[in-house]
Amino acid sequence: MGRYVIRRLLQMIPVFIGATLLIFLMVNVMGDPIAGLCGDRQCDPATAAQLRKEFGLDKPVWQQYLTYMGNVFTGDFGTAFNGQKVTELMSTAFPVTIRLTIVAILFEIVIGITLGVVTGLRRGRPVDTGALVVTLVVISVPTFVTGLLLQLLLGVEWGWIKPSVSTEATFGELIVPGLVLASVSLAYVTRLTRTSIAENRRSDYVRTAVAKGLPRRRVITRHLLRNSLIPVVTFIGTDIGALMGGAIVTERIFNIHGVGYQLYQGILRQNTQTVVGFVTVLVLVFLVANLLVDLLYAVLDPRIRYA
Amino acid sequence: MRGATHARWAACAVAAALTATACGGGGDSGGGSGTGGASGVLSSSWGDPQNPLEPANTNEVQGGKVLDMIFRGLKRYDAKTGKANNMIAEKIETSDSQNFTITIKSGWKFSNGEAVTAKSFVDAWNYGASLKNNQKNAYFFGYIDGYDKAHPENGGKQTADTLSGLAVTGPNTFTVKLNQKFSTFPDTLGYAAFSPLPEAFFKDHSAWLSKPVGNGPYEIKSYTKGSQMSLRKWDAYSGTDKAQNGGVDLKVYTDNNTAYTDLLAGNLDLVDDVPAAQLGNVKSDLGGRYINTPAGIIQTLAFPFYDKAWDKPGMEKVRTGLSRAINREQITDTIFQKTRTPASDWTSPVLGTAGGFKEGLCGDACKYDPAEAKKLITEGGGFPGGQVKISYNADTGSHKQWVDAVCNSVNNVLGNDKACVGNPIGTFADFRNQITQSKMSGPFRAGWQMDYPLIQNFLQPLYYTNASSNDGKWSNKQFDQLVNQANAETDQAKAVGLFQQAEGVLRDNMGAIPLWYQNGSAGYSSSLSHVALSPFSLPVYNEIKVG
Amino acid sequence: MPEPQYVGDAGAPEGAIAATGMGGAMDLATSEGETLEKGPDGPHGTGPSEKPRSLWSDAWLDLRRNPVFIISSLVILFLVVISIWPSLIASGNPLKCDLAHAQQGSSPGHPFGYDGQGCDVYTRTVYGARTSVTVGVCATLGVAILGSFLGGLAGFFGGAGDSVLSRITDVFFAIPVVLGGLVLLSVVTSSTVWPVIGFMVLLGWPQISRIARGSVITAKQNDYVQAARALGASNSRMMLRHIAPNAVAPVIVVATIALGTYIALEATLSYLGVGLKPPTVSWGIDISAASPYIRNAPHALLWPSGALAVTVLAFIMLGDAVRDALDPKLR
Repeated sequence: MGRYVIRRLLQMIPVFIGATLLIFLMVNVMGDPIAGLCGDRQCDPATAAQLRKEFGLDKPVWQQYLTYMGNVFTGDFGTAFNGQKVTELMSTAFPVTIRLTIVAILFEIVIGITLGVVTGLRRGRPVDTGALVVTLVVISVPTFVTGLLLQLLLGVEWGWIKPSVSTEATFGELIVPGLVLASVSLAYVTRLTRTSIAENRRSDYVRTAVAKGLPRRRVITRHLLRNSLIPVVTFIGTDIGALMGGAIVTERIFNIHGVGYQLYQGILRQNTQTVVGFVTVLVLVFLVANLLVDLLYAVLDPRIRYA
Repeated sequence: MRGATHARWAACAVAAALTATACGGGGDSGGGSGTGGASGVLSSSWGDPQNPLEPANTNEVQGGKVLDMIFRGLKRYDAKTGKANNMIAEKIETSDSQNFTITIKSGWKFSNGEAVTAKSFVDAWNYGASLKNNQKNAYFFGYIDGYDKAHPENGGKQTADTLSGLAVTGPNTFTVKLNQKFSTFPDTLGYAAFSPLPEAFFKDHSAWLSKPVGNGPYEIKSYTKGSQMSLRKWDAYSGTDKAQNGGVDLKVYTDNNTAYTDLLAGNLDLVDDVPAAQLGNVKSDLGGRYINTPAGIIQTLAFPFYDKAWDKPGMEKVRTGLSRAINREQITDTIFQKTRTPASDWTSPVLGTAGGFKEGLCGDACKYDPAEAKKLITEGGGFPGGQVKISYNADTGSHKQWVDAVCNSVNNVLGNDKACVGNPIGTFADFRNQITQSKMSGPFRAGWQMDYPLIQNFLQPLYYTNASSNDGKWSNKQFDQLVNQANAETDQAKAVGLFQQAEGVLRDNMGAIPLWYQNGSAGYSSSLSHVALSPFSLPVYNEIKVG
Repeated sequence: MPEPQYVGDAGAPEGAIAATGMGGAMDLATSEGETLEKGPDGPHGTGPSEKPRSLWSDAWLDLRRNPVFIISSLVILFLVVISIWPSLIASGNPLKCDLAHAQQGSSPGHPFGYDGQGCDVYTRTVYGARTSVTVGVCATLGVAILGSFLGGLAGFFGGAGDSVLSRITDVFFAIPVVLGGLVLLSVVTSSTVWPVIGFMVLLGWPQISRIARGSVITAKQNDYVQAARALGASNSRMMLRHIAPNAVAPVIVVATIALGTYIALEATLSYLGVGLKPPTVSWGIDISAASPYIRNAPHALLWPSGALAVTVLAFIMLGDAVRDALDPKLR
């Protein structure tokens, strides 16, 4: 187990370096960020040159990357163009997005798995077909349309919620945005659980358990669900990173000042330091979540052992 | 079950979408209690300032909003007329339009208790001009003698930290020597870049940046970068324009549509940037709580004169033809719901006729006439490559809407549905990059918000050869000469006349197509009164009353 | 399940998703992908008396009786037809717009009304099909070809090459898709669909690659492949004749579902201002242009969104039906 974890951690290093390099190159493709700093007019060349030098933009890309990574390992993620430390931005943005992600994941787990179990046990019945149609519709409507509609209806027409989220971004305020963010994944979790349950229902151990006369509830929770959760856990685990980075649209609609907002701002202003810094952390989250998921496998399925 | 709830939402959404009225008639239900109440604090929409909040480093409206509340300069532009009145300045004297003696009123203080002295101004200006401080508005000090040493162009070495043209001559007096005659120089001094700075700014710069200290009617209580700034009335403020409310909470919005939605839901008191798409609803949503007043902003289409195809003789006909193919009336009415006024010169109505605004100066060249437009474009040889692409940045503003409308107008005139297409550029930064590097291949959006209400500010920075905002690199000797003459002229009426002659040159060559004058538009909740927008399209916060 | 295999394979669990909107679909198939490979040997693969039917003919028999498959195929057929000949059902010009009609509701000859620019919504919705279908189909083809090629190679040869390729897959996986789109597409000036498709392929291939790799590894261990190897079959022959046919099923399943998500992704990119550019007519462009006018002219938002939803739905349902048909366990 320990050796396995160490090997996995070692494997993360090249992936981490590769992913940050990739995003670094991508952001550099966007070109010179200085021109955008001077509003609708041209930056005077002397100031522009000075700024470029200060932000290290006059160096070749590979050198910028090395310097940047060197700084990252000492905990310095650089400074945004508005003079703010990127770590400072992170310290305000990540807590908000983590709360949003927790809300979204809870929706996925509670609603998604429940619906999945119900439909999986009743394959082909009306409740199954109904859930199927709903999930498909949710998948096929773009998030921003769902988000705007909910905001307009719940926030303005019916006045159930505030249309935007305040700076504090409490859990209560994040329920609707969390639902919007989770909607697509929610549909997938439902379908994934459903398939998995339907498949495992006919497996020998479930039949045995039933034959032994165990109560139905116990069979479902202890045997069936536990084994059916592996693909679902995989999905949710990898979804954590995606939810955090993919919240750009949701955060924009509901004016949430989290990671998605900072990334969007960073990109619009071609703020290399912000974008690369945030993506670096997201990549780490993604990698760690993946590792945790793999370790969870062993818990869920005793047949899997990590040497 | 949750699934059922989900389905019901979807059904309602579809139903609402089907029956336009269900969504459309928001009525007056929204405008809410506000967050004001007894404390008298109002909340207002804001955008994250792009640059550190230093006076000489802030060049966009959002940062300007804050500076306008926490700083007072030598002059201040009247919120209604735009006239530059003395604020801290006691008197500004000159005999030759080049050497000025400035005397300031005594008794002014910064909110940290420091006194505002002549030195506060000179230090601030020196700081702003010095290359090593990376101040993006440094060029405002470009008229002051010694600027070329403190801020050398083209990679030259900086040989002075201060401007030799500035000298403190007493606690309340200082002198300014310009490097050329500039008769209206005193009137430019209301711009935020000329604000005084306290000692604290230089002593502990990072502390100042995280919580700027100024001498205006408000002081900053707390500032969470990227999300909110709380400003509170400063009771000991030295000026007469004291705040009429307890304070202002500026909330950052990424999308102005969300801000407007928040206003409707009673979650926000003031939105000073109503999205174009909502302009059709403001009457029914807000009733009288909506203001739409002229601001010193003009939108134009600039041309890439560095591209031979757009600069060759005869192309002025194509450019004029393009101008005449744009149905300004219809676009301002439909897309902008009359929050823009079709332009007929290159300045702005807020200047007033005495200040140089001349309605109809553009003449026929700005009048919509399909037949004439088509004729001119054909005579001039047509669009280069048979197609004109109008570039704009797609990330902010409602540019897509009007560019598409302009293109549709042109296409309908020419009877060719691909003669004109919009060319969205993803980010503002990239848009500016392509302009700076002279990479534009066709006309592009050019907006100008005045720094100070002078006709000079609408012409010189934009069309003078190699001027700082001459994005199209238009160059005309006659125009330059007229502007030089006008600047040296001490008689204001004569100077304005010369500027207008220069504008005539611009018109005959169609150096840029004037589109429309932009109004400031704002909506507010029922708890506010006395809301007004200045000619700079900033809310006049200190006059707003809460409750 | 052999333990080291399970462990070593997964640098990250297979069904990883790169971002909301795009990635999700693939995950469905991943877990099931593991079961799919058992196809030919499965309990339904051969009947005792008749000629052994292949997985494919079995699936085909199944599909022909499945109403979901029939309906979704018909919808897709219709979409393809109007993508090729939009003038069959729309006589207007999608680029002909008159501001005088802006936001008007439906009127004779203009059943869906007009959008904010005074363009006919019906005509634009019909013409938009071509772009959306092109984006969906081309992006899926690109992703499927690139992904299965790289994933197949990695799975077949294993060893160091596999490790390197798998790590590269992880690298691309780790970049959130919407973010990548914002960054890469914000600099594109071309008004064609190709940059958008290229971007989807660039960030989409890892998903298929992982699945292809996994199924090739499983297929490789089948007895008949081992037999072919023992008989001295060349690598290329083994790959093409024995492994590919059995490993391709999960790829097809995932690809059909992914197709729908690519179409939806195009709309999201347009909403963020980095999608397709005019004069291209697409649902994404129209939806994002109409979304601010949701209160005044909801019809301009409803129709292209509806068309998009139906199309995405059709492809996802098709993929679903194909998956069910290819999965012997679920019969």
